[in-house]
Amino acid sequence: MMAAASRLPASPPSRLPAIQMTAIDKSFGAIHANRGASLEVLSGEIHALVGENGAGKSTLMRILGGLMKPDAGRVEVNGRDVTGWSTNDAIAAGIGIVHQHFMLVPTLTVAENLVLGCEPKTRLVSLDYKRAAEDVRKLSDETGLVIAPERLVSDLSVGEAQRVEILKVLFRGAKILVLDEPTAVLSPPEVRELWSVLRGLRDNGATVVLITHRLDEVVELSDTITVMRAGQTVERIKTSETTPSEIARAMVGREVSLSAGKRVQPLARPEGPQRDQGLEARNIHVTNPRGIRVVDGVSFSIKPGEILGIAGVEGNGQTELVEALAGLRPVFSGDILIDGLDVTRRSVAARHDAGLSHIPEDRHRRGLILEYSVADNLILGVQKHFAKRGVLDQDRVMENAMEDVSAFDIRPPNPLLAARALSGGNQQKVVIAREMGRNFSVLLASQPTRGVDVGAIEFIHSQLLEARAKGKAILLVSAELNEVLALSDRIAVMYRGKFAVIMPASEASEESLGEYMIGAKKGNAA
Amino acid sequence: MNPLSFLAQMIRIAIPYLFAASGGVVAERSGIVSLTLEGFMLGGAFGAVVGTNYSGNPWVGVLTGMLVGLAFALIHAVCTIRYRADQVVVGVAINLLAIGVTRFFLKLFFASSSNSPRVAGFGGNIKLGGFDNPLLWLGLVVPMAVAYLIYRTPFGLRVRAAGEHPDAAESVGVSVKRVRYVAVAISGILAGLGGVYLALDQHQFTDQMTAGRGFIAISAVIFGRWDPIRAALACLLFAAAETFQIQLQGNHAIASQFIEMIPYVLVIIALAGLVGRAVPPAALGKVED
Amino acid sequence: MPWGERAQEALIPPLVALLIALICGDLLILSYGQSPAGVYRLLLEGTWGNAYGFGQVLYKATTLAFTGLAVSFGLRAGLFNIGGESQLAAGGFAAALTGLALPVATPLIIALILCIVAAGCAGGVVGAVPAYLKTRFGAHEVIVTIMLNFIVLALLNWFIAGHLHVPETLHTPEIHAGVLPRLSDLSPTFHGSAANLALVVALFVAVAVWFYLFRAKGGYELRAVGLQPDAAEYGGISVGRVWMRALTFSGVIAGIGGINYVLGYKHYYEDGFASGAGFLGIAVALVGRNHPFGVLLAAFFFATLSQGGLAIHAFVPKQMMDVLQGVVIIAVATAVPEVRRVLRGARKMSDT
Repeated sequence: MMAAASRLPASPPSRLPAIQMTAIDKSFGAIHANRGASLEVLSGEIHALVGENGAGKSTLMRILGGLMKPDAGRVEVNGRDVTGWSTNDAIAAGIGIVHQHFMLVPTLTVAENLVLGCEPKTRLVSLDYKRAAEDVRKLSDETGLVIAPERLVSDLSVGEAQRVEILKVLFRGAKILVLDEPTAVLSPPEVRELWSVLRGLRDNGATVVLITHRLDEVVELSDTITVMRAGQTVERIKTSETTPSEIARAMVGREVSLSAGKRVQPLARPEGPQRDQGLEARNIHVTNPRGIRVVDGVSFSIKPGEILGIAGVEGNGQTELVEALAGLRPVFSGDILIDGLDVTRRSVAARHDAGLSHIPEDRHRRGLILEYSVADNLILGVQKHFAKRGVLDQDRVMENAMEDVSAFDIRPPNPLLAARALSGGNQQKVVIAREMGRNFSVLLASQPTRGVDVGAIEFIHSQLLEARAKGKAILLVSAELNEVLALSDRIAVMYRGKFAVIMPASEASEESLGEYMIGAKKGNAA
Repeated sequence: MNPLSFLAQMIRIAIPYLFAASGGVVAERSGIVSLTLEGFMLGGAFGAVVGTNYSGNPWVGVLTGMLVGLAFALIHAVCTIRYRADQVVVGVAINLLAIGVTRFFLKLFFASSSNSPRVAGFGGNIKLGGFDNPLLWLGLVVPMAVAYLIYRTPFGLRVRAAGEHPDAAESVGVSVKRVRYVAVAISGILAGLGGVYLALDQHQFTDQMTAGRGFIAISAVIFGRWDPIRAALACLLFAAAETFQIQLQGNHAIASQFIEMIPYVLVIIALAGLVGRAVPPAALGKVED
Repeated sequence: MPWGERAQEALIPPLVALLIALICGDLLILSYGQSPAGVYRLLLEGTWGNAYGFGQVLYKATTLAFTGLAVSFGLRAGLFNIGGESQLAAGGFAAALTGLALPVATPLIIALILCIVAAGCAGGVVGAVPAYLKTRFGAHEVIVTIMLNFIVLALLNWFIAGHLHVPETLHTPEIHAGVLPRLSDLSPTFHGSAANLALVVALFVAVAVWFYLFRAKGGYELRAVGLQPDAAEYGGISVGRVWMRALTFSGVIAGIGGINYVLGYKHYYEDGFASGAGFLGIAVALVGRNHPFGVLLAAFFFATLSQGGLAIHAFVPKQMMDVLQGVVIIAVATAVPEVRRVLRGARKMSDT
C-alpha cells in the first residue's frame, strides 16, 4: 500500500531536532513576511508557534511545507538540509500540513479525498474503492479519528472535516504535522476532541507544530513555545517554565509608534439638544454559510463625539460585525440604529443616506476601484450628488478631487491617475478623504492605518480625532493595540464573536487587554 | 408510425449527440467550458471525409476525423490552460475557426464551396436500419465508458477534483493543468467522432453540416447536470423530439420550429432551477491568476 | 506612467493579433501558390480602393458596429451577451413589421423613429430574458443567450414561413414606410453599394454609448460593477439592477442594428439575414477593447476582411477570411491576459 510504504520508521529518540529553521528571510514585494526567523522543534513534542496576524507564522510553515522557497536561510528536517524543496518532497519526507482553509473537495467522499493523488488501483484501470475504504477505516481505528469513508465531505460538520484533513496527511505517512489555527472554526467540545487527538498523535511518536494565537491552547497542549512578532522570532520557551501573561506580553509586544503612550482627553459634551444619537447595535448575531455564529450577541452604543475601539486578534468576528453594520452582510438577528433610525434591513445606499460612512478593512477589494481614476474613486458611493439629470458634472467631480487631494495631501497630486498607481498609504488617504469628506454622523473605521506609512498614520489619526471633536460617533476596529489605546474613549475586546469586555480607555493597558484578546480572561461584557 | 422504426431513427439521430455530450462532460467536469463541441464535431466530420476519400477506407477516415477533433481541442487547451484566455471567447472563436478552416480546405482539396465528393461509409444494408454501422454501437457504448472513466478510475477522480476544488488537488500533488489538458483532448476526440459518424452516415461533408448539433450536445450536458448517463438520456430525449417531428412531417399539429426549440427551452428551465438546481462544477470557467 | 500602461494594455493585444493574422494569411495565401504582397494589394484595392467596395465595407461595418457595441456594452458590466444574432434578427423583424404597418405617406423621420423604437424594443425584450434569469436565478448569461438564439431564430422562422412570407421566398413584403436612402442615392460616389443612412444611426449610437459609459452616472455605476463588483456593492450600487439594465440595453442596441438590412438595404425582413453578425460582434468588441470608438474601428476592420475576401476571390478563396477571423479572435483573446501579465510583472520588478 502506497501510504504504508512512504511512512517513515519511527524517528529514533535522538538529539536531532525534527525541524530546524535558521535565519529565514522571505518577502512578497514590499511585505517582509519573515526577517531572520528561526524555529527549532524537537521530535515527539507538541510545539506551539504563536504570534498575532501578520507575524509571519504561516509563511514560515509554507516554506517548511515546500509551498514556497525562502529568500535566505536554512531548513533542516531530521538533520537533513532540505532548503527550497517542493511540496512533493515534503510530503514524501513525512511533513503534513493541515491548512486553516480546508483543502477538501466537497462533492467527493471522505475516502475519495483521502486517496486523491495516490489512488489504489485494481488489476485493471479502475480505482479500488473497496481498498480505499478499508485503508481509511484502518487508519481511523489506529488514530482514533473516526469517520465513515463513504460520507460526502459537504455533509460533514466542521470538526469532522478537520478530522478528514488530519487523516489526509497521516494517510500519506506524515510524522511531522503542522496545524494552522485548527481550532479557529471549532466549537468548544470539538476543540477538546481535537486536543485529545493531538495528544494521542504525540504519544504515538508524531511531532506536532501548532500555529495558534489562543493562549488556552498553548498552555494546555504544548511542550514548547516559539513566539513570533513582525516576521522575527522573539522567544523560545518551555511551556512549563512560563506564565500566560508573559506569553501575552511577548506576543503583543511593544511597537514603535508615534501614538504610544498617548491618550485622548475626554470631550466636553456640546450644549443644546442633540439631533444625532450615534450608533446603536442591539444583540447582533451574524452567521456564516456553515451556520456558525461568527458574531454571537454583540450590543453596544456609541454617542456622538465618542470613539469606541474594538481590539482583538483578527478572525474573532470583527470583520463580519463591521460588514453587518455597513449593510454588506445580513444579520441573523438583532437591530442596528443610526441616529435612532432602524437600518437593520436597509440597503447600503440607504445607510449612506442615514449618515453612515465606512472605511473598509480591505481597500483593494472594497474601498477602491483600482482601474478608476482617483477623482472617480473620490465620488464612489456619493456619485448621485455629483450628477444632474443623470449626467455627471465633470467640473464638480474635478473640483471635489482637487480639494480632497490637497486637503489630504494625496500623492502624486494628479486626480486623473488610476488608483492602482498610488502607494498603499495614498490609496488609504483617498478612501479616507472620501468617507470623511462627506456628510456623516457615524463612521466605521476598520483597520484604517493598515499598510500605511508612518507619516500618513499620524495624519489619519488626527482626522479621526477631529471628527470626534465635531461630534461624530466612530467605531474603530484595529489589530494595532496602540492605535486603539491612543484614540478610543472606550475599548471593547472581541473574542470568538462576543465582546469579552468593555472598559474605559483610562483603565486599559496592553497587558490587560492582551489577556482578554487571547481568551485568557473573560470579562463583563457577555 | 412503427415504434421499432421510430426507435431506430431516434438512435441514429442521437449518436452524434452521445459522442459529443460524453466528451463535453469530461472536459466540463475538469473545469473547462466546452462551447467548442460544435467546432470539434465539424472538424471531425471534415477529417473523416478527407481520410476516407484519399484512402478509400472509412476506418482511416475515423482516425483522421479523431485527429482533427484532437487538433482543435489542443488549440482550445493551450489558449485556455497555458495562456488563461477567456474560455467562452476562445470557445466561440474555435467554432468560427472550424467553419473557416473546413471551408478553406474544402475549397483547396475538393474545389467546392459547399460539399465534398461522396465517400464510402459503414454499413449500407438498409434492412438493418443503420445498425450494421460499428460507429453506431460505439456511440451507444461511449457514455457508459465515460461514466466508468469519471466515477471508477483514478483519472476520473482527479478530473472531478480539478473541476470542483483545483487547490485541493494541487495540494496533494495532482497537476490540475495536466488533467485538464487530457480532459479537453478527450472531448476533442469524442466530439470529433460524433462528426465522423455524421459525415460517414451522410457519405459526404457539406459546409457547416453540424448545424448546431454541438450546442444540442452541450445542452444535454447541462440538462443532464454534468453526469454522463443523464446527459446521454437527455441526448435521447432531444433525439426523440426530433424524430417525432420528422415522422409527423405531414401532420402540422405542432410546427417543426417548436420541436426544434425543445432542447434549448429545457436548458433554460434547468438553469432557472425549475427542475432542481443545475449546479455546474464549482471551478468551471474560472481563471486563476 | 499609468496612462501609458493602460493604453499599452489596451492597444498591444489587437496589434499582436493583427500581426499573427497577417502571418497566417501569408501562409494560407502561399498554400495557394500566390504571392502575399500581391493578394494584400488586391484586397486593399477591392475594399478601400474603389467606391463600390468601400461602400460595401461601410455597409457591413454598420451591422458589425451595432452588434459590437451591444457586446461591448454588456462586457463593460462584466456580462457576456452572445445573443446578438437573435437580438439583431428580432430587431429587424420588428422594424419590418412597423414599416409594413405604417401608411406609405408617413414622413421619413417619423417612420424612422418608430421603426428604431420597435427594433430596439424587440431586441430589448430578447435581452431582458437572460438579464432577468441572471438577476433572479443566477443563471449564467452565456448559456441562456446561446439557447435563446436558437429559440428566437426558430420562432422568427415560424412567423415567416408560416404566415408572413411572400410566396416562393423567405422574406416579408416590402415595407411601405421608413425606407432609408442609400448613400449611393445621396451621392454618386458609392454607386450601387448597400451602404445607407443606417450608418449615421450607428455613429449616433456609438456616441450615445460613449456618453452613457463615460459621462453619465448610470455608466459610472455600470463600469464599476464590471470592474470590481465588491467595491460597487460597498459603494451602494445595486449590482442586480445594473445587470438588468446592461443586458437589456445590450439587446436594444443589437436590435436597432436590424435596420441596416431591413430599412436600408433590402426593405424587407429576410430569414437568416443576420448570418453570423452576432457572433462576429464578439470579435469586434474584443478587438475594439470594449470602447465605442475602438469598436467602430474594429467593425471597419472586420468588414474590410469580409469584403476583401470577395475581392481576392479569383486568387484565394474567400474562405480564407473565415479562417483569419477565427485566428484574430483567438489571438486577441490569448494576448489580452498575457500582455497584462507581462506588463504588470515588469512593473513589479521596477518597483522593488
